[in-house]
Amino acid sequence: MRFAVIVFPGSNCDHDCHHAVSAVLGHPAALLWHKDTDLKGAEVVIVPGGFSYGDHLRAGAISRFSPIMKAVGDHAAEGRPVIGICNGFQILAESSLLPGALHRNTSLRFICENVHIRCETLRTPFTREIEAGERLRMPIAHGDGNYFCDPETLAMLEDNDQIVFRYCDEEGALTAESNPNGSMGSIAGICNREGNVVGLMPHPERACEKALGGDDGLRLFSSVISAAVS
Amino acid sequence: MAKALVYITYKSGVLDPQGLAVKGALTSLGFESVSNVRVGKYIEIELEDAPPDELRALAEKMCKDLLANPVIENYRVELPGDSGHSDPPAPGT
Repeated sequence: MRFAVIVFPGSNCDHDCHHAVSAVLGHPAALLWHKDTDLKGAEVVIVPGGFSYGDHLRAGAISRFSPIMKAVGDHAAEGRPVIGICNGFQILAESSLLPGALHRNTSLRFICENVHIRCETLRTPFTREIEAGERLRMPIAHGDGNYFCDPETLAMLEDNDQIVFRYCDEEGALTAESNPNGSMGSIAGICNREGNVVGLMPHPERACEKALGGDDGLRLFSSVISAAVS
Repeated sequence: MAKALVYITYKSGVLDPQGLAVKGALTSLGFESVSNVRVGKYIEIELEDAPPDELRALAEKMCKDLLANPVIENYRVELPGDSGHSDPPAPGT
């Protein structure tokens, strides 16, 4: 399974993502500069976290015009797997590859902490090895993670099984206290209608080894690998 | 050289945490008549001179393509010659 990790000016989770899929899982991965125009044979695209273009104007607003994003859009349109993590999720939303927008946390604070998220659907290539309702623990680190969309879009997400992860407490219950940023419906991650493009604010790549305090995040990457094999 | 002025505001249904924080600060300073505060962006664009309609159309295309996110934001374009261009932006829809 060949991975591409896109590198924008200001990406800072690119090497973590590369490490998770190459060193931890043993699959070939390439770091692709955002000025590249093709994915060099990659089967899975990871749009990593960070502060691409310094989050100027809006998080992800400028990155979506990078040359590589045309190739990422084509890859997505072919039904092949794309995952956007944190700033990567913001970029995919700005690119309209995913619906909605991520705006300022209700607390106005940058939040860096471990959270629990509940897996809501197994239909994406990144969640097929996770059990429905299963709770994962991984860190968030963002100032603009407050998921928003209009009520019609929210209903569409619910009806089409496009909500992939929700913030929850340790037992898996959705509570106001366990929603760190004010996201609608406690949404932590969504997918497109087809299910092949996933975006989430939590950082699975930062929870890929026991030494990092947990390896729940590995489940997403091992899922997409087994999805390709079967 | 011409100028286009762009005002970007959150749509009315979108929570504006920055506006709420500023409102709280104003209230605590004794400005008790303040009932709501919305914080937005103001962008000044200098560009080649052109007829006003063209300038306006160009600035609106810039808003659609990049400057505003239609999911959460409204935008309004003004040219310095517009009458009453210092009025506050129209309420969001």
